[in-house]
Amino acid sequence: MEIRAILRGALAGALAGVLAFAFSRIFAEPVINKAIDYESGRDAILAELNKAAGRAVAPDGPEIFSRSIQSTVGIATGLILFSAAMGALVAVAYVVLHGRFQVRPRNLVWMIAGFGFLGVFVLPYVKYPANPPAIGHTFTITTRGHLYLAMVGCSLVLLGLAVHLARRLSRRYTMTTSVVLSGIAFLVVYGVLIGLLPSLGDLSANVDAAHQFGYARAATETPQPIVNILSRSLVIDGKSIAPGQIVYPGFDADVLWKFRWYSLLNQLLIWTTIALAFGALLERFLNGGSGRTKRDRAERPTVDEPVPAS
Amino acid sequence: MTSSVYGANPIPEVNVSPEAISRGRVIAVLSLTVFLALAAYYFVGVDEGMTSVFGKTMVIHEWVHDSRHFLGFPCH
Repeated sequence: MEIRAILRGALAGALAGVLAFAFSRIFAEPVINKAIDYESGRDAILAELNKAAGRAVAPDGPEIFSRSIQSTVGIATGLILFSAAMGALVAVAYVVLHGRFQVRPRNLVWMIAGFGFLGVFVLPYVKYPANPPAIGHTFTITTRGHLYLAMVGCSLVLLGLAVHLARRLSRRYTMTTSVVLSGIAFLVVYGVLIGLLPSLGDLSANVDAAHQFGYARAATETPQPIVNILSRSLVIDGKSIAPGQIVYPGFDADVLWKFRWYSLLNQLLIWTTIALAFGALLERFLNGGSGRTKRDRAERPTVDEPVPAS
Repeated sequence: MTSSVYGANPIPEVNVSPEAISRGRVIAVLSLTVFLALAAYYFVGVDEGMTSVFGKTMVIHEWVHDSRHFLGFPCH
């Protein structure tokens, strides 16, 4: 039953990845292209400004694959692999947890997927939201990576503890009271956590970079307008740029909002598909394909299922 | 299964589920799955950014670039 459940989880995940790919082709790619256009224009201006001011020019990022590769097979690979992995993890959680809660298998799968959506994506996203290309400094990637993974890990652990607490409380109180109490406890601890972790703009590397062209003290790494920060005029392409003059706008707020909104919807789509597809596949498997009553739909192994090769 | 050994007093057939695999194998299967899933998560989301397994190339990073951004991982 274990291997078969896991295969079904991964299959449901792969299906979710295919849907997410279709979603991203329609909604994400136009936004990503706008963000990349902004980034290219920004990098060009920055290079000219730095050259005019006699400062070091940052090298271009690598271009190994064309945009048409990245926006098709590239994004498909990532989405399908990620979703299949999450589907398999939901299945593992199901195998470990089934029989401990008195709910029908499908509902347990839905709950696990819901917690996965929260712990793997939503709770970290509240603190460190998804960013389109052009946002995110190269020199802070290591710190940002650690902070993000710490958020994912802590979110999952806190969710697990909240469930544990609710079960403990339910021995003394009603289910509603237990869930509300443990929910409050969870929110308090989670609130403290996101309060303690630093905002990305406050990372020391970003504070140090604030005196460079295109950087400024800000709460996040979202690109600020490029301003002539020197006390003298600079000449670019024959045009004089006065001190304090804005040369290039900050990142478009609407593009950022759209990207984050679609990113959230995309993850919702992935986890919902995993929940529905894996729940359905699992119950069909547990029922051995025969039409049994709802009450019999426990994870009792069916005798007529073929023996897995061992 | 082993009923013949006990001669006249056979043990009744025990209904072992044909699906059942040993506890050790279950743990092995689950661990392997978790490992593979975490590896997939790592290569889609993290590798060649924060840390890199196969040295300082950018091939994986660039290949999954768009999905890395869209799935909410830190990137640049």
